[in-house]
Amino acid sequence: MAGEQQGVGQVEAQRAHFAEPLILRSGGVIPEYDLVYETYGTLNAARSNAILVCHALSGHHHVAGHYADQPENIGWWDNIVGPGRPLDTDRFFIVGVNNLGGCHGSTGPSTINPATGKPWGADFPIVAVIDWVKSQARLADLLGIETWAAVVGGSLGGMQALRWTITFPERVRHALVIAAAPKLSAQNIAFNDVARQAILTDPDFHGGHYYEHGTRPIRGLRLARMLGHITYLSDDQMGEKFGRELRHGSFSFDFDVEFEIESYLRYQGDKFAGYFDANTYLLMTKALDYFDPAREVNGDLVATLARSKAGFLVVSFTTDWRFSPARSKEIVHALVACGRDVSYAEIDLNFGHDSFLMADPHYHGVVGAYLAHIPL
Amino acid sequence: MTDHLSRPDFAVIAGWVEPGHRILDLGCGDGSLLKLLIATKGVRGWGIEIDDANVLAAMRQGINIIQGNLENGLAGFADRAFDLVVLSRTLQTVRHTEVVLAEMLRVGREAVVSFPNFAYWKNRQAVLNGRMPVSEDLPYEWYDSPNLRFFAIPDFEALAAKMGLDIRERRVLDEKGRLVTEEPNFLGSLAVYRLSRSR
Repeated sequence: MAGEQQGVGQVEAQRAHFAEPLILRSGGVIPEYDLVYETYGTLNAARSNAILVCHALSGHHHVAGHYADQPENIGWWDNIVGPGRPLDTDRFFIVGVNNLGGCHGSTGPSTINPATGKPWGADFPIVAVIDWVKSQARLADLLGIETWAAVVGGSLGGMQALRWTITFPERVRHALVIAAAPKLSAQNIAFNDVARQAILTDPDFHGGHYYEHGTRPIRGLRLARMLGHITYLSDDQMGEKFGRELRHGSFSFDFDVEFEIESYLRYQGDKFAGYFDANTYLLMTKALDYFDPAREVNGDLVATLARSKAGFLVVSFTTDWRFSPARSKEIVHALVACGRDVSYAEIDLNFGHDSFLMADPHYHGVVGAYLAHIPL
Repeated sequence: MTDHLSRPDFAVIAGWVEPGHRILDLGCGDGSLLKLLIATKGVRGWGIEIDDANVLAAMRQGINIIQGNLENGLAGFADRAFDLVVLSRTLQTVRHTEVVLAEMLRVGREAVVSFPNFAYWKNRQAVLNGRMPVSEDLPYEWYDSPNLRFFAIPDFEALAAKMGLDIRERRVLDEKGRLVTEEPNFLGSLAVYRLSRSR
């Protein structure tokens, strides 16, 4: 197909302002807010071809393409979005949005709190997945999208897709829930808390008001990312990629970087800490921890998902131990139990949790085949 | 792709379902049976399949396809979640025969099982001639066969009796898909059973 190699090309971020307060799951209120978003493809006359792509912990609205002035800044899921790609922009109108509390342009801890004229910092209220979904629904209203053809997401993004089907059953025709879980396990929460503790105990954190001190808790954020990164990869892949390779060929008997895996993790940590906001990281991990839509129905996932009216594609990856295939199967079995249309693919890929971002032909074939069957 | 016209057991199974029935097809391949039952009988269908290429093919047909391994049982599916659980021409490839049969009648009100009859006369003739049989319903050479179990109609019925499964209906077909009424274990190439379990 023409343009298959090209992707969506040059894109521009847009900004929407919402003046109506958003009352949050935590009881907090955001009096007004901005969401930055991008769109690819064309909304059809019937407004029936819109797909929302929800991002994971460190993602944002820049899903695909590149900016005119930043040709190297390619969207985080560019490999799946574009003409002839699984999220086919010849057929669908794709929307990517930076979630509330984020640090890529939407209102979040690093933006100015109109009440104080200073960055929100630690005063930014805790946001939950349901709050994101409600804010995304307002964006859909603004764009004239009554019903999404599909809501798509991996990891925390998949949880948003799932939440959409429960909170707005009439507004989602299909949900693609990839590398996700119906709720976090104790181990998942434990990893998140160690990451948070790294940030919270950094002397540069200043109770979350580090902006005013002209500093950032870079050491904590770096550690948080290093830890997170370990959980995104598989043991096998790490072994294949790094093994016990030494940077200088022999032991140096000190605490500098010796093993290649150390070098890799430190690089990833430094890179991330250079641009990501620590308060956003805290918020995102809490949103993950709190996610448990069945909690409001006495823990009954079947009864919870029985509210949904969507068709589902659930995808997991064999080497993902952060949100393992067994967690995806919990969702699948609950959906079957309440009689929903659901397909499930368990993709044999070696990249652990990060597999969902990879351009594997079978994985993309499954997503493309599912989406191709959605009538518009 | 399986051509359902070449699958006479599909027509038998279609005769045992009602509109709105919830059907689970185990080892559903590319989903052809479910597609047929949805189109002609208006059932709700889900299939289980282990093979990547089949999962993709079923998805291309718009069938509810759940990737998984039958040998691990149907853990996670609720008791009596389905009206009918189908195992079409797959029992002979299953290692944990009793587990799979028991699981089918745990999650389903009824089960349909079809399998090639090893005691079909042409198969007997092949063995008498000193060779393993290759036929319409046993289409593999011994070295590339997915089949692990070779059994005949009375063998299956003995197992059903041992497991306390009720045989509600049985259809035996010849190689051309015609119904066999006389000497089924001699003249029948494929057996199709409708089972339930009194509880």
